[in-house]
Amino acid sequence: MSLSAEASQALESFEQARGWEQRARLLMQWGDRLEPLDDSDKTEANRVHGCESLVWLVAQQENGQWHFKAASDARLLRGLLALLLVRVQGLASDRLAALDLSAWFTQLGLERQLSPSRSNGLHAVLLRMTELAAQN
Amino acid sequence: MFQPSPWRADFPAIGALQRQHQTYLDSAATTQKPQALLDALSHYYGHGAANVHRAQHLPGALATQAFEGSRDKVAAWLNAADSRQIVFTHGATSALNLLAYGLEHRFESGDEIAVSALEHHANLLPWQQLAHRRQLRLVILPVNDLGHVDLEQALQLIGPRTRLLAISQLSNVLGTWQPLAPLLAHARAQGALSVVDGAQGVVHGRHDVQQLDCDFYVFSSHKLYGPDGVGVLYGRQQALALLRHWQYGGEMVQMADYQDASFRPAPLGFEAGTPPIAGVIGLGATLDYLASLDANAVAAHEATLHQHLVRGLADREGVRLLGSPQAALASFVIDGVHNADIAHLLTEQGIAVRAGHHCAMPLLRHLGLDGAIRVSLGFYSDSDDLQRFFDALDQGLELLR
Repeated sequence: MSLSAEASQALESFEQARGWEQRARLLMQWGDRLEPLDDSDKTEANRVHGCESLVWLVAQQENGQWHFKAASDARLLRGLLALLLVRVQGLASDRLAALDLSAWFTQLGLERQLSPSRSNGLHAVLLRMTELAAQN
Repeated sequence: MFQPSPWRADFPAIGALQRQHQTYLDSAATTQKPQALLDALSHYYGHGAANVHRAQHLPGALATQAFEGSRDKVAAWLNAADSRQIVFTHGATSALNLLAYGLEHRFESGDEIAVSALEHHANLLPWQQLAHRRQLRLVILPVNDLGHVDLEQALQLIGPRTRLLAISQLSNVLGTWQPLAPLLAHARAQGALSVVDGAQGVVHGRHDVQQLDCDFYVFSSHKLYGPDGVGVLYGRQQALALLRHWQYGGEMVQMADYQDASFRPAPLGFEAGTPPIAGVIGLGATLDYLASLDANAVAAHEATLHQHLVRGLADREGVRLLGSPQAALASFVIDGVHNADIAHLLTEQGIAVRAGHHCAMPLLRHLGLDGAIRVSLGFYSDSDDLQRFFDALDQGLELLR
């Protein structure tokens, strides 16, 4: 599947990152770019449980394309959310369902962040995204 | 100054973790295992497994002998008067659930159960749910800023309606010893049964259940350098006699007919089904190993390292300790920094600590926190482990700030 310009940019910068410090800095930079979520969207219904931090995920479908918004109170998780959204934004349900997101994070060198034992919640966010996409 | 652990080499996994660039500081969650335990498991499985208490054949007799030998060792470790006061369960959680179901018949609507505000979910939820089933009042004993049950308030709250007191010996979040002696004496005077959750406490120092004078004492093997899947319930003889049978099945029965059955007393009456035989035998081997160590040297090593940990945290700007930890562990938060971010960066640097609510959500909420980082020690930990942790913490904070 072809990558959006932004996703390609993410991939390039993470592929070049050397060591955990650089990866963490990049994550924080990506987190800062995450579109802010209105407080009115930070509802219990939008909360993703299974995370040690607060995470919200909002999904909207327009003309068959998915648009997601996400927020968290933890900085590095915001970065992970931004990298997730950049990969899935604007996809149709069938393409979203077919997308291998763990491969995406592996490409970025962040596969360990996906483990179900990790309390950061990225795993729970992916599950929620799959659920939402399957409902429509 | 470097403080080595003379027992480090007894734990093969510590070296293996180090080769994976992992610094293990999560021993309060579960401990690494001594070679003596690995040898015992390998010997049992390698020389002929057999079920216990059932068969007349030789492998069965040997397994039963080893299994019952472990019961004697646990009794000796806790200074219980009689091995029959030791019930093997599948963990501390299942021991506490056994109590909450086995004692249910003793409660009437309006009775009270007292628990402290700092209990692990394992020593809160079984009582909370019992309270729901029987319309009881669950009384929460408040904790002061240092992290101890507030004795003055607790003695007021434990009264003639209190039928049971359930309390931790050593907090898994705050690392504080609880004032058991006055609480247990007062509970007894009020006619209440007492349950001590020794899951953390049993790991640090030796504790004499007769001296403690509690009705029940519970711990789990895997936190005491033993195998997982094994828990221990000690009961005072008169207290064990109060328990109704809870789980039914093989070997806990005396006589069974299609419509009726009678059951054995403790301990076997509370060990329905095949017990974790290898695990129990392994726990026995672990206790032999622990008993062979110089207890004073272990205690001194743990105390020095703990002091080092607490001081190192207190020296760092913005670090806020939870309570005033006395042993084993320290939990902390950092002003202006999300604990998930710190946890992430520590993990990236190979530091294995625990982040989150530590199975004590109500306590964390009471402290106004949604999580904390916990660093916990075993006697195989050394000052290099702590130095690597502090260096990683400093690096992480520099990055985040």
